[in-house]
Amino acid sequence: MKTRLGRVGRRAVTGLAAASLALGMAACGGGSSGGSDAASAGPEGVDDGTELTLWTRAPLEKQANLLVDAYNASHQNQVTLTVVPNDDYVAKVGAAAGSNGLPDLFAADIVYVPNWVEQGLFQDLTTNIDGLSFKDQINKGHLSAGTLDGKEYVLPFVLDLSMLFWNKDLYAEAGLDPEQPPTTLEEYAADAKAIQAMNKPDVYGTATGLNCGGCLVFTWFPSVWAAGGDVMNADGTEALFAESPSTEVFSIWRDLWDSGAVLPSSKDEAGPTWTAGFTEGKVGLMFYPATLLSSTTGFDVGVAGIPGPGGGASTFVGGDGIGVSKDSQNAAQAWNFLNWMMSEDAQVGVLAKDNDVVSRSDLAENEYSTADPRLVTINQVAGNGQTPVALNFQQAYNATNSPWLTLVRDQILGDASTLQADNDEVTAVLGQ
Amino acid sequence: MTTTAARRPLIRRATSRGNRRTGWMYAAPTAAFVFVLFVVPLLLVLQMSVSRWPLLSGNQGWNFPDNYTAAVSNRFFADSVVFTLKYTVLATVLLIGLGLALALLVQESSRWKGLLRTAFLVPSALGLASASLLFYVLYSPLVGPAAGLMDRLGLSFLGTPTAALLSTTFLIVWRFAGFYMLLMLVGLQGIPDDVFEAARVDGASRWQTFRRITLPLLRPTLALTTVLCVTGSLLAFEQFYILTKGGPDNSTITVVQLIYSVAFQGQNDLGVAAALSVIVLLALVALNAAQLRAFRAPDEE
Repeated sequence: MKTRLGRVGRRAVTGLAAASLALGMAACGGGSSGGSDAASAGPEGVDDGTELTLWTRAPLEKQANLLVDAYNASHQNQVTLTVVPNDDYVAKVGAAAGSNGLPDLFAADIVYVPNWVEQGLFQDLTTNIDGLSFKDQINKGHLSAGTLDGKEYVLPFVLDLSMLFWNKDLYAEAGLDPEQPPTTLEEYAADAKAIQAMNKPDVYGTATGLNCGGCLVFTWFPSVWAAGGDVMNADGTEALFAESPSTEVFSIWRDLWDSGAVLPSSKDEAGPTWTAGFTEGKVGLMFYPATLLSSTTGFDVGVAGIPGPGGGASTFVGGDGIGVSKDSQNAAQAWNFLNWMMSEDAQVGVLAKDNDVVSRSDLAENEYSTADPRLVTINQVAGNGQTPVALNFQQAYNATNSPWLTLVRDQILGDASTLQADNDEVTAVLGQ
Repeated sequence: MTTTAARRPLIRRATSRGNRRTGWMYAAPTAAFVFVLFVVPLLLVLQMSVSRWPLLSGNQGWNFPDNYTAAVSNRFFADSVVFTLKYTVLATVLLIGLGLALALLVQESSRWKGLLRTAFLVPSALGLASASLLFYVLYSPLVGPAAGLMDRLGLSFLGTPTAALLSTTFLIVWRFAGFYMLLMLVGLQGIPDDVFEAARVDGASRWQTFRRITLPLLRPTLALTTVLCVTGSLLAFEQFYILTKGGPDNSTITVVQLIYSVAFQGQNDLGVAAALSVIVLLALVALNAAQLRAFRAPDEE
């Protein structure tokens, strides 16, 4: 009996091995030839009741849920959404990519998109995207971040912009004009000091996240762009922080910090609570994510573009791009979702309705945004904003031990004379 | 067949073929677990450490010894090793010392014994990550209960390298002191009462009893706790990941955190991360062997 069992067992093992081998081969084959090509299915894609999977990171959970629910309600295809904690997202995507287990669709922080496109995680959608009649109206920053060698891989999923938010109530208390936002970074600093000078307990001029590389990228790069400068060369391989206007941005902030007009906890703020001070009404003005507009309740808030030294206005067009993964067997159905996502139904009927930024400039003025002029401002500034492109963006800027964080902390809190060396360190990481 | 086998006398010749098979069957579950959960991952890490293995594109082939040179020349390698050792010494001295002191305290005090034991042990019921999050809020200069006081005194729990190290060590001591107390208590209770009685009859002072009787007889327990504590501290991750994220100014990066950041935060290079892991593994094996040797009783040598 035992020998028979043994034989059966051996046969089972052989069968299992053969099956897994076949599976593996099927997975490999799917990547290159593809059972259902996105382009061959036509501009609308296919809506045939397929189960699609979609991954996104936690900060965009609200928008992703709204989009997926609206799509599932109006289509035969059904999308299953998986929301992954922000800090674990890269690891999860990486593990899945290594084992050919990516979902049909997945979103990626737009600053990581160039790297992930180059690593071949997304399928080529050039034909489909070029077929969209409103292609020229799609947010340029996101589209170009997902373009490699003339091929387009990624569409904007959710836009997150950094804007200047000011607390009109505190402005009025400090004797400033609540309807007049600062138009230069110098005025920004002056307003912050004026609010600080009220000496009101628990009220501060401004706030930022001085131990949070991502926050600083998001809120300080626009000041450089607003003044007509650049933070990196076009390839994203060389940092330009040791020259004007970056140097002026740093010196204005250093002066602001030394004057005591910055929320003290900003010094150690690593990200989790970097917006909390403003949201609680304790901070006069700050550079703040536009997606959080709806969370500023209880006081009157104004919104404007981020000014640079000497003037101008710009924004960091952040948020997430989305594409069809290399492992998807349902590219035609996945395109159906993406095509719908870019339509007026989704952009206005779902995103704009939720006070989110639309990713098509032709829809910037819509029935919802006209009700709140601040949304029009945000949508308009979105068109002038930038999305920086660099292959090693995460390591150079967002990582907790990034050289960019060292540079800013030296410039604002420490020994400012190390600027050139710190800048070289950023360049070294960018160039790896 | 198995039933008859079970009814046979327990002592029998191990050379019989059936017996050997039964033996293997008994050992099989454990062996399978060890193989799947330890040997396979270990081999995978070894393979990764000698291969070019980016997180997003998988195995790209042989790459020895580049990963190891990259690991050792990482700009945070030396700093993280020094910091990890510093933290380990601090945590081990405090935890072993405090664990022993608490154990002696609850052993001596008869009246409050139950209450004290519970009070010291309760933090151990909390997961380390949850405890770290709890302290993150307690230490927060924005929402923490001591925020006002910190502001007035110009202090901050995580703002300077020293403060961050001490604050994190405090969390670890709070979380683990009870656990080490428990281990010490078990060791203390294993010392026969008549030894203490004999010492008392001989007129030994408290200090002499502790120095000459308790400590030598506690040697196996001290060995166990020190090995546990040193290994645990060298592999510190959650508390620093949550509380300091390696900051301020990259002053609190532990070795495991470095591995994590190389693998998942930017460089996304599993090969170099695996090489670092192998280096840490070898160092741990060497250190544990040395510790066990050092703690071996004189007569065992």
